[in-house]
Amino acid sequence: MLRIVCFVLAMVASGMAFAEVSDVYDFETRTEERRYQDLISELRCPKCQNQNIADSNSPISKDMRGAVYQMMQDGASNDEIVNSLVNRFGEFVKYKPDLDKRTFILWATPVIAVFGGLIVVAGIVLRSRRSGNSTEALSAEEQARIDRILAERERNDNA
Amino acid sequence: MKRFLLFLPLLVAVTVGYFLYAGIGKDPTKLDSALVGKPVPEFELKDLQSPDTVRNESLFRKEITLLNVWGTWCPACRDEHDDLMWLARDKNVAIIGLNYKDNRDDALKWLNQLGDPYQTVIYDPKGTLGFDLGVYGAPETFVIDASGVVRYRHVGVVNKEVWEQVLLPVINDAQESS
Repeated sequence: MLRIVCFVLAMVASGMAFAEVSDVYDFETRTEERRYQDLISELRCPKCQNQNIADSNSPISKDMRGAVYQMMQDGASNDEIVNSLVNRFGEFVKYKPDLDKRTFILWATPVIAVFGGLIVVAGIVLRSRRSGNSTEALSAEEQARIDRILAERERNDNA
Repeated sequence: MKRFLLFLPLLVAVTVGYFLYAGIGKDPTKLDSALVGKPVPEFELKDLQSPDTVRNESLFRKEITLLNVWGTWCPACRDEHDDLMWLARDKNVAIIGLNYKDNRDDALKWLNQLGDPYQTVIYDPKGTLGFDLGVYGAPETFVIDASGVVRYRHVGVVNKEVWEQVLLPVINDAQESS
């Protein structure tokens, strides 16, 4: 019961939070509106911890949404809009930082992790294959012994 | 090879530990200003006390100044006000105020009641200069050198400790290099 109440409360509360941030901006086309939504969802609110400016109701996010809208109306490109905000608030507002000396490790980590994983897997496969071979291959002596045992059994069956 | 593998967990722990240790004590709510090393953005805004006077960025071309962003709606600004008074009076620091997203009557009443530590107060009701400065909350205090270049931005309250340990070294540095 408590679980259901909590769930319902959570649903209601999330609806309200969503309703609060939607400010009204008019766009001439659907694509422009999509572009606006994409831009504000990939810009990060400097005041909040890990929220994009689309989701945040902080005053600074509201100002930033207004600035994005204004720049779009003035015909700025996506890069120009993002750069103008980075020039004011710093690299922090970008969820996707540029690739440079500082962020190299950040971008390289997934590649390093994948290659590391591949090397480990390759090592495991190679080793198991090698050890598998050594149990399969029989020495001449063992082969001779098997032949002798089989021949003996065949003789017993026939008898 | 086998023996090397035994040291692998240690290696991983040291690497992860190194990166985690680097993050300890860092306040994630404080960001470096993107304006450090750049001149104060151009602006034209009215003076708070004399509405007929228009102020611009040439205000920062005389001496090393602190630019303090404040508003009457900001409780932490009330908190630091006495220390700003102390800086202006006892330390002879030139402080310029940026009254951010506020209204003139409230701001004037505040300065009448609590005292006025500012040489000049720029009135920015819409927060346009604040936006260009990358202000994301008040109070914020910028150190600006005599040629109008931003040297440092402090987010949060200024008090005696912040003055001695953070702002004063930056100011001394700015004095030496200019």
